[in-house]
Amino acid sequence: MSGRVLVGVKRVIDYAVKIRVKPDNTGVVTDGVKHSMNPFCEIAVEEAVKLKEKKLVKEVVAVSCGPQQSQETIRTALAMGADRGIHVEVSGNDYETLGPLQVSKIMAALAKKEDAQIIILGKQAIDDDCNQTGQMTAALLDWPQGTFASEVTLDGDKIKVVREIDGGLETIKINTPAVLTADLRLNTPRYATLPNIMKAKKKKIANVKPADLGVNLTSKLEVLRVEDPPQRQAGMKVETVEDLVGKLKELGKV
Amino acid sequence: MSALFKARKVLAVCLHGSRSLSQLAELPETHQLLRQTCRDFADRELAPIAAMLDKEHVYPAKQIKELGTMGVMAMEVPEELGGAGMDYLAYSLAMEEISRGCASTGVVVSVNNSLYIGPILKFGTEEQKKQWISPFTAGDKVGCFALSEPGNGSDAGAASTTAYQEGEEWVLNGTKAWITNSWDASATVVFATTDKKLKHKGISAFLIPMPYPGLSLGKKEDKLGIRASSTANIILEDCRIPLNNMLGPRGAGFKIAMQTLDSGRIGIAAQALGIAQASLDCAADYAHKRTAFGAPIGKLQAIQFKLADMAVAIESARLLTWKASLLRDAKKAFTKEAAMAKLAASEAATFCSHQAIQILGGMGYVTDMPAERHYRDARITEIYEGTSEIQRLVIAGQILKEYQS
Repeated sequence: MSGRVLVGVKRVIDYAVKIRVKPDNTGVVTDGVKHSMNPFCEIAVEEAVKLKEKKLVKEVVAVSCGPQQSQETIRTALAMGADRGIHVEVSGNDYETLGPLQVSKIMAALAKKEDAQIIILGKQAIDDDCNQTGQMTAALLDWPQGTFASEVTLDGDKIKVVREIDGGLETIKINTPAVLTADLRLNTPRYATLPNIMKAKKKKIANVKPADLGVNLTSKLEVLRVEDPPQRQAGMKVETVEDLVGKLKELGKV
Repeated sequence: MSALFKARKVLAVCLHGSRSLSQLAELPETHQLLRQTCRDFADRELAPIAAMLDKEHVYPAKQIKELGTMGVMAMEVPEELGGAGMDYLAYSLAMEEISRGCASTGVVVSVNNSLYIGPILKFGTEEQKKQWISPFTAGDKVGCFALSEPGNGSDAGAASTTAYQEGEEWVLNGTKAWITNSWDASATVVFATTDKKLKHKGISAFLIPMPYPGLSLGKKEDKLGIRASSTANIILEDCRIPLNNMLGPRGAGFKIAMQTLDSGRIGIAAQALGIAQASLDCAADYAHKRTAFGAPIGKLQAIQFKLADMAVAIESARLLTWKASLLRDAKKAFTKEAAMAKLAASEAATFCSHQAIQILGGMGYVTDMPAERHYRDARITEIYEGTSEIQRLVIAGQILKEYQS
């Protein structure tokens, strides 16, 4: 057992920024806009670092796929306590079309190369809300998956995962190696301490190209159009329940 | 051979010089990461509660503890003593971002770092550093700095608090006024006259734990701004402390105070920058959203001129603050630059917060928007740690020295 955890961290537009659609409707404005680590990825990093502090795993490796700026996201993970980073360089058109399928192929290849025992990802990214990368990675590796995790407990060579599902909470026990995806209530991510920010400077970030991992980034998806959601319309006031039902029938809702 | 050495020296000076200059234009990566971390903390943990802290005069104990865990409460202190081991540029950046979220929290951080830990780090013995600094790095204990008295603020040399030796103890008597952190502190640096005849050369510095017999606190002042930080008198009545509670040599108190305030000024300049920046953020956001005369008010030149003037005031004060920090980090003389930074930043804070209310109009006058709190918080930055008038005297003194023929 390598005791190695791979954590995926994605650079996304900061959650507090007001998103604006590009005038040509091909996407959203990203130039000059504040970016940060996807909040669910922060939770994933925190969980991995916690496992290391409890001495249940030996090494935490932060991985990010993207352009040069993705290195900042990896540095933040290092400042939170990850041991080293891997930056998979993807830029230009490849980056525009980078999606869960491509990233999961990269994660699977890295998991084999790094002999990872656990992969922890955020349950979804706040820009595309796909909620697919974890599941696809597990499928490609034929590993068990514990998704929407709100509690993770290592038990020998198994992991007990409490999952948040529509009906409530589901507890499962899976073998390692495994893929976990972090949900909101898994933990509260720490702020990097100043000494750790200084130490992060000395930690290594390796540069890797997708081709080196034998991964083909071609996407079969094409974004046709990006639009603002419809403007919120004014409502209507009615006097009685009969009026309400009548209006709903009129609008074809009932 | 010697030409080669000379060339290397020149290159080293150039590189160091250009490193300092380029740091003004673009911060090193660690400092950028630090700045972002402090900004995230301020946005998520301080800004949402700042109005409540101000309204109810609540000391932000939980947030100070978290800042302690991050290392922000003892930034310059070496790691062996429990600090973050960072430079003053990092401290300025952290102070600005924290104060941008909550100015009161900023002053608690600043007093602990610059005014309490600062002099002990510089003038204390190894034993004193372990006893009086290490427990004050994690955010559960903070210190304060007692120099001003009811009878003298700017006239620091006229300290009427006395200390006389009796056996193996110092006995202190007197009253100190306007002491920040007093009600929340676990120790204080106090200045008292040990030899009245020597005037300001007869003042010495002492360390007193809090609470302590013979030391009591006056009522908490009800202030215009920075209300989450406690300000009160410290009253000393036959307060007996061990001989080795003296900080630095006998008679060095005035020098210690002045040097400590030099550095403290950089921290307060950064606090003022944070308040000024928060005002600009508030005003610029409002200018986008508020419409009048058929368009967002940001389209009106009157508003644009205000925003431009605010931004210039902040950016110039910021560069002065960074320069003062870089000089201090390079162990060069920085008294003039620190005074300039504090003067520029505090005047920028009062100017920007005033203009922000003006831009917000009626909305700026009510507590629904933070503009009124920034206005109240900004005012003190022109007064404490050296009034704007004192800063001008310090700067003029330095300039006249430079031009002495």
